[in-house]
Formats: sequence, C-alpha cells, structure tokens
Amino acid sequence: MEISRNWRLQKQRYGLVGEVCEHCGSKIFPPRDVCPACAEEAKTLYQFSGKGEIYSYTTVYDAPDGYEEQAPYTVAIVKLEEGPLVTAQLTDVDNGKVEIGQQVEMVTRKLREDGERGVLVYGYKFRPSWSDENLRVG
Amino acid sequence: MTQPNSVSQPLRPAKPVGIVGYGAYVPRYRLPASEVSRIWTEGTSALPIKEKAVPGLDEDVATMSIEAARNALARAQIDPQDIRAVWVGSESHPYAVKPTSTVVAEAIGAVPNTQAADWQFACKAGTEAMQAAMGFVGSGMAKYALSIGMDTAQGRPGDALEYTAGAGGAAYLIGPAEESLAAIEGSYSFVTDTPDFWRRQYEKYPEHGQRFTGEPAYFKHVTTAGETLMQMMGTKPGDYKYIVPHQPNVKFPQRAAKMMGFADEQVKTGLLVGVIGNTYAGAAMIGLTAVLDEAKPGDNILVVSFGSGAGSDAFHLRATDRIVGKPSLAPTTQQYIARRTQIDYATYTRYRGKLIMK
Repeated sequence: MEISRNWRLQKQRYGLVGEVCEHCGSKIFPPRDVCPACAEEAKTLYQFSGKGEIYSYTTVYDAPDGYEEQAPYTVAIVKLEEGPLVTAQLTDVDNGKVEIGQQVEMVTRKLREDGERGVLVYGYKFRPSWSDENLRVG
Repeated sequence: MTQPNSVSQPLRPAKPVGIVGYGAYVPRYRLPASEVSRIWTEGTSALPIKEKAVPGLDEDVATMSIEAARNALARAQIDPQDIRAVWVGSESHPYAVKPTSTVVAEAIGAVPNTQAADWQFACKAGTEAMQAAMGFVGSGMAKYALSIGMDTAQGRPGDALEYTAGAGGAAYLIGPAEESLAAIEGSYSFVTDTPDFWRRQYEKYPEHGQRFTGEPAYFKHVTTAGETLMQMMGTKPGDYKYIVPHQPNVKFPQRAAKMMGFADEQVKTGLLVGVIGNTYAGAAMIGLTAVLDEAKPGDNILVVSFGSGAGSDAFHLRATDRIVGKPSLAPTTQQYIARRTQIDYATYTRYRGKLIMK
C-alpha cells in the first residue's frame, strides 16, 4: 500500500513530465528540483516528447512481487531525445525482438495492481515507435 | 433568449458546435473467431466476424482512452488546459467506484480546472457523452469538451458474445463549429425501456435476450433514430456519403442501413466490426474515426449508435475544409487495424484474466 507515493509521482508517471533548468537548459527526468548538470535550482515543469531510443535492455522471467502476472517482459533503459536516461518496461513488443538503438515512444499503461482490492497504478512504458516497422510486424 | 427546441426539431445547441479533434485506439492483439469456434464447437459454428481486438495485460479502458485522447489532441492542436469536461463512456470501467475520467484528464494535462465523469448506457455511453458535450460547448459553458467511448468488452466463455466482444474506441474533442473539422449540424436520441442485454452488479459477464436483441432492440432503435433525424434535417439517404451504425456484428449494421435506404457503399468505410470485433461503447465512434480519416470537405455523415436497454443517438455531421491534413497528425484507424498480432485461445484466456490464479 503506497497510495501517497504513487499519487505524488503520478504527474511524472502518467505523462512523462520532468523539469527544465532555466540556467543551463538541461532537461531533467525524473524531476528533482536541482539541475544535475549545473547544480542550480530547476523547478520549471517540462513535458517530454516521449520519443527516445533503446540504450540497453533485458528480459525479466523471474519477476519481483506485484509483476509476476506480466512476466516474461522486457525492461529497457531508454535514452530520451531530450537527453535523460529512463528505465521502463517495454510493451506491445515481442520479447527477443528488441534491439539497442531501436526507436521507441512513451505510452501510459497499467504498471501493476495492488491485489484484487487495491488501487491500479498507471505509468509510462515504451513501445516501438509508430513509424518503426517493428510496430507492424506480427 | 433563444427558444428551446421542440421535439420536432433535432438536438442543436444555441451556438453551433463540431468536432475539432478525433482519435482512435485499437489494441495490438487479435483473436480470430475461428479460435473460439475451435475450442467450443469443434470449428462447426458460423463466424459472425473474422477476428476481434484483444487488450494486452497492461491495458484497460483508462489506458486506451488516454491514447485515443492524445490522438484527438494531436489533431485538434489545442491546449489541454482549455478542456472543461473529460467524459468517458464505457461498460468496462476499471473500477466499480473511482472515475476513469480523472485518470485520463490527469494524463493528458487537462486537470484541475475541468469537469470529469464516467458515463454508462451499454454501447451508447460514448455517444451520449458527445451529445452532452454539444450542450456544454454550445451553451457557452465550455470552449472544449472531450467525449470518449471505449470498451474492453466481456463475453462469457463459449457464449455467442465471445466471438465478437472486442476492445477499442475513440475520443472526440467537441468545440466551436468555426474551429471544427466536422460540424455537428443536428442530433437526435430515441430511448425506450427494452431489456435486450444487461449485466447485474458484481456479475462478471453480461446476459442477453437471444433473438430479442434484434428486432425490438437494435433494429427498432437504430432505424427510428436514423430516419427521424433525417426527417428533422430534411435529408435523404442519398445526401450522405457515409453512414456509421452501431455494429455488434457485420450483418446487423448492413441490414439496418439497408432498411433506412442506404447502399453498402455508404456503410463499408465505417464498418470495422469484422476486423476488430464489437467495441461496444467505442463501436459507432471508432467507425466514425475511420470515416473522418477518409472524408472530404462537404461530405455528409450519419452516425447512429445503439445501447442496449435500449436507445440510439443519431448525429448529422458535415466535414469542413479544416479536415484536410488532419488524419496524418496521429495514427489513422486503419493503421491501428493493420498493427496486428494474432493470438490463440490460450493466450486470450491469459490476457483476459480467465485463468484462476489462486
């Protein structure tokens, strides 16, 4: 039960909303109010485009608690086109058909269910870009 | 002060309104109807459709509505903060109590200065949200309102509905007519208490009145709503380039259109049930997105939804000059249909949560 934590994170999780540093222009995700590049205060919200490419990935067969029903699934480090690296699940993709450098885009999906009676947690995942041929292979 | 419309006039707000943006969504997976037949009738039953769309493990009406709404925003090119209502019509809302619409509104950046609500009327929950949006915008209360019809329909294993109960839908941003890609020139609603299909509280699967779902329910409401609106608008079937009836299977909408005097040519662009299944609250609405992807300025479109219980909402739309170039601003309906990964019945039972895990 982490209702308050999920609620605090939902703006960044639902829509990939981070921050931009007014001093050096760095785009920041996840938001942390201090720019990791120039150490100045950075509290201006920034809507990321959701586009990026796969930097690295692995397929999870032995999933942690709360994710067993989705296994096997692929988790990737995605390099967003604005710069930051984000770790997220891939979706709408066949495990084993993922490549480093592949173009991906953000979608909002169900991350997990807190049991039968608890809340549904939604957030960002990435799928092959719409323009990417992989999307139409099946 | 304008006089309220009398019952002989179509539903039409004081200020003209229209669709300023639209977006479809169909999940990636497809279950061929032959798979359902293979498991339950050894392949002997007649197939009402070719295949139906099935949502992935991480999809529900909230996530699907978010993607359709983002597509609608991409085409409308408006600030989501100008949306004053986010309404989601469905019979498969993820929660019994807790709105789907707040999740959608939050995800698209429409909160907090907005109305949000979930709508329910079987398969016409989305089109009634469109009519309400016409009033919300047409009264001057809101600049834009977002109406969504989306479903991950339920069908009892082995039941006739399992062949067709699909997943998908569409989102419409309703706004001033002068900004619209399709003006809504009139609407009409026809409703009676007809028990053709229902799902009781806490029940997992719906029940239906077998053959009772045809003549007194679907055909009566769809044809009456469509014909009455045409009478009110002073139009004939020949005045329309396209008609989009609610589509529980392939035959019903074809027959209803024919009964109203339409040719197959006018039906086929918006007839998607054969390849995505019956998307319930999404069905007529995603048929319309497929039509808007193809429509040219000046084309008239008649949409007639149907919701069990029972009623139909009819809309007379006219594509405007602003429709040119809009389809390519987001994935088209046919692109979603082409994005297809076939699954078998076993994978379907897992994705749809039909396996007992504890």
